Amino acid sequence: MSDIAASSARSWWSPYAAAMGDLIEGLGMWELWSTLAWHDIRQRYRRSVIGPFWLTLSMGVMIAGLAYLYAALLHQDIHAYLPYVATGMIVFSLISTLASEGATIFIGSASLILQLRAPLSIYVYQMVWRNLLIFFHNISIYALIVLFVRVDIGWNILLAVVGLFLLTLSGVWVGIILGGISARFRDVPPIVGSIMQVAFFLTPVFWTADSLSGRALFVHFNPFYYFIEIVRMPLLGKTPPPEIWLGATTVAVVSFLVAIAMYPRFRARVAYWV
Amino acid sequence: MSSIVLDHVSVSFPIYSAGSRSLKNAMISATTGGHIGKDANHLVVQALDDLSLRFSDGDRVALIGHNGAGKTTLLRVLAGIFTPVSGTVKVEGRVTPMFDISLGIDAESTGYENIILRGLYLGLSRAEIMQRRDSVAEFTELGPFLNLPVRTYSAGMHARLAFAMATCIEPDVLLLDEGIGAGDAEFLAKANERLSHFIAKAGILVLASHSVDLVRKLCNKAVLMEHGRLIHSGDVEEVLAVYGKRQAAAAS
Repeated sequence: MSDIAASSARSWWSPYAAAMGDLIEGLGMWELWSTLAWHDIRQRYRRSVIGPFWLTLSMGVMIAGLAYLYAALLHQDIHAYLPYVATGMIVFSLISTLASEGATIFIGSASLILQLRAPLSIYVYQMVWRNLLIFFHNISIYALIVLFVRVDIGWNILLAVVGLFLLTLSGVWVGIILGGISARFRDVPPIVGSIMQVAFFLTPVFWTADSLSGRALFVHFNPFYYFIEIVRMPLLGKTPPPEIWLGATTVAVVSFLVAIAMYPRFRARVAYWV
Repeated sequence: MSSIVLDHVSVSFPIYSAGSRSLKNAMISATTGGHIGKDANHLVVQALDDLSLRFSDGDRVALIGHNGAGKTTLLRVLAGIFTPVSGTVKVEGRVTPMFDISLGIDAESTGYENIILRGLYLGLSRAEIMQRRDSVAEFTELGPFLNLPVRTYSAGMHARLAFAMATCIEPDVLLLDEGIGAGDAEFLAKANERLSHFIAKAGILVLASHSVDLVRKLCNKAVLMEHGRLIHSGDVEEVLAVYGKRQAAAAS
């Protein structure tokens, strides 16, 4: 970051080049955003004995409660149902925080944006990395369950990593889109919050898609469904069918295209909006 | 080396009312042809108006003018934070903005952790920070306190830490906003020495200030601004004279 040459558009592609430069330069500042993400997490659980594991603990309690209640309500075998609910909850909570915190990326970092000479993308990476770290804390619940409940895991568990990568990548693009819209339109964060709350019930997190045979179409138009399954199925020892890969990849590609179309347009305006 | 060239730079801020920040209203107004939820009353504030300036190595530039003259906005344009609405900005060299020396100090982290965090804010790598850490630690004179969380520090200790961290780099272009200082007298004397040394190392200094004394001490050039427009630029004494005259005229 030795030179800057900010200019009003001289050719049609120069905002695009600047936006790509922003994304790449931001990635290069990983030491900054990873440190900031880690500080964010520590900030919330400062001076408590178990620290960030408070997140995991409350997630664990939630999973135990849901599994106990719904195994009875839906007449499921608790040994099969518990890992299903646990992985579903852990992945959905990642998706949900990526979306809702994505909406507040630029608003929340206003003081830094106005004082720091840094590419805007670092705040996106910071948000995604923070939630990924929380996900890795939560995944210990899954590890614990696997120890006590029999789950047939095979080599296809490695596919979960690929799924998680697709999910994370989409998180970056969606973060850019929602963060930018929210900086301009301040009622977007509460809208996103409400949508995610409803999505929790409309996505097969604690119920299965097969049990909804008549209304399958409605599940298949739900983008969250693909991302839950693409990570959950390998964790439960299954290989996701092509339909799931196709769905998740489509969301990733579409969000990428939208982000790459929008980011060059609003990037220079964010500092004015926050 | 370092240089700054501004060519017909203009910056204007949209001031949105609560209504025009609402997506709901924007959609209602779009779908109804703009009849319902019409909220076109967002004001535009012209913060910088057709500014052309050129600075090169060795220039110590003071930005002077009343509150709202556009000094801070100009600094933010130079820092690359605001992209001008029209015109071009070309800055060569490593730019270091220092607008708020206690920016991003994390009260729950230790002094050492904050030194690292600040270094990262300034664009240094972790390895570069580790090289400077000892000299920064020495300058703060905080000793073992650096292992304690910053929230346990007194205001003076806080200022020492912030100041030491801010001056541990060698910028090509240094952008300062007024309000550097604080801390006890003995430290301030030492800090002044360090500040002068720090400023001397910079290729170009741009300082926004109201203090005529500080401007005389640190700068050799000045830019007088009013309502985002350039009124006068040139030698520091000459510009200060113009500034004085205008103030006297405004007072009478």
